[in-house]
Amino acid sequence: MPESLLAVHDLHAWYGESHVLHGVDFDIRSGETVTLLGRNGAGKTTTLKSVMGIVSRRRGSVRLEGRELIGLPSNRIARLGLAFCPEERGIFASLTVEENLRLPPTVRAGGLGVDAIYELFPNLKERLRAGGTTLSGGEQQMLAIGRILRTGARLLLLDEPTEGLAPVIVQQIGATLRRLKQEGFTVLLVEQNFRFAATVADRHYVMEHGRVVDMIPNAELEANMTKLHDYLGV
Amino acid sequence: MTIFGVPTQALFGQLLIGLINGAFYALLSLGLSVIFGLLNIINFTHGAQYMMGAFAAYFLLNWAGLGYWWALLVAPVAVAITGIALERTTLKRLYQLDHLYGLLLTFGFALIIQGLFRHQYGSSGLPYAMPAELAGGRNLGFMFLPNYRAWVIVFSLAVCLTTWYVIERTRLGSYLRAATENPSLVQAFGINVPRMITLTYGFGVGLAALAGVLAAPIYQVNPLMGADLIIVVFAVVVIGGLGSIMGSIVTGFGLGVVEGFTKVFYPEASNTVIFVIMAVVLLLRPAGLFGRAS
Ligand SMILES: Nc1ncnc2c1ncn2[C@@H]1O[C@H](COP(=O)(O)OP(=O)(O)OP(=O)(O)O)[C@@H](O)[C@H]1O
Ligand SMILES: [Mg+2]
Repeated sequence: MPESLLAVHDLHAWYGESHVLHGVDFDIRSGETVTLLGRNGAGKTTTLKSVMGIVSRRRGSVRLEGRELIGLPSNRIARLGLAFCPEERGIFASLTVEENLRLPPTVRAGGLGVDAIYELFPNLKERLRAGGTTLSGGEQQMLAIGRILRTGARLLLLDEPTEGLAPVIVQQIGATLRRLKQEGFTVLLVEQNFRFAATVADRHYVMEHGRVVDMIPNAELEANMTKLHDYLGV
Repeated sequence: MTIFGVPTQALFGQLLIGLINGAFYALLSLGLSVIFGLLNIINFTHGAQYMMGAFAAYFLLNWAGLGYWWALLVAPVAVAITGIALERTTLKRLYQLDHLYGLLLTFGFALIIQGLFRHQYGSSGLPYAMPAELAGGRNLGFMFLPNYRAWVIVFSLAVCLTTWYVIERTRLGSYLRAATENPSLVQAFGINVPRMITLTYGFGVGLAALAGVLAAPIYQVNPLMGADLIIVVFAVVVIGGLGSIMGSIVTGFGLGVVEGFTKVFYPEASNTVIFVIMAVVLLLRPAGLFGRAS
């Protein structure tokens, strides 16, 4: 029996001819929150998109509960219970807030109800009829996270959900992530801000030049601070 | 009775012709807009597919004994299937490329299809009888309204508004709008976007064929019936704004009427008025009257 929910092994990916991932290895156990840390251009977004099947030219192995995902189109991968929240948020301008929220189809039972999502993000409820991109950046991020909680996906891939947001909203997103963990969601989180990452994650993978170069359990983060500063160049 | 020195009979007569032409402009430009929105391809085959719709009605009648009402249903589906075959085998290879490639390929297909039909059926036009239920007309007092023309206007308006409703107000439509903006993200939510693209092309082509069936009793069935019309329809699309659904409908009917009235007040300009408007719109609002500037 595989004990990981998601096991990524020797993952390579290309944009056209440009070889961007050079053998990424990591795994996530069910219920964990795990981050991918790394400098700009390290390949974090590409890793999420390759797992999700959005970057289609890829090689290696991505297994979900033992089932190989490499070679499946992204719509099939989504139906197996993965959901992706992109770095640029991907809110649709031609859809209302409510249409954006209801867009991703249910892939299995057990997703949060719409009411539970309004409870997490009360701002959304007041703006349901507004155009999706008329929301503020923080509200758009809430919408981008909220809409994938509805689908029943158990493994969430979140790409820098706190990027460019005010501290109160970062806190709100942190609280949401801890709540999701309690509810049993598994989260793969890309972050630049490791102080934020430390408040939500169990383990951290560090990426450099298209590879995972280190894994640091959250409990050992303090002890590894110098090394981490080195990796991230902060 | 006269208005601005023009007999009302003539005025309403041209209004009617304008609305009829407008109905065809609207149906055709609507299909073009739907296709362009999702596929990013300017479907120059549209005029040929309109013609194929009329021919399909003709074949159904003469080969299978299926009359107008059956043709209204079967012809669009049949032509849509040929469109789907075209999309699956060729168009799908062009989505990543510049619009120009799609335009050239679909233009080439239009020439081939029209050439084949002309080779087979000449260019003089084949008669297609009006459905008996819609023969005749009624006298409205100020004008005589042929039933079939009234039907064409009402029916195409209903088709246009239903299409608008589905795209702008339903869940299926929200998939379509979202995929127009960001297809790879919509696919990553679990929606089979390639299939949706194929069906959307089929739907747009089906609209063209439907217009062809509607046209058959009015204009006869002619291999080149779409060739001239499509040029005007492209002007309509440019004026309305490529990709705008309501824009296509309003502009289609509106320009038909404008053209009709021009025939009354300044007949010399009636063939060019739409192109003049197009030039003015391109200068003042390049994205079109209803287009979103991008
Ligand atoms: N669409 C693309 N086409 C070509 N190269 C790309 C594309 N997207 C990203 N890259 C390149 O791939 C590499 C990895 O990019 P990626 O977006 O995965 O980095 P990242 O770790 O997410 O960075 P950031 O922290 O800035 O978001 C970079 O060198 C980038 O320039
Ligand atoms: Mg990134």
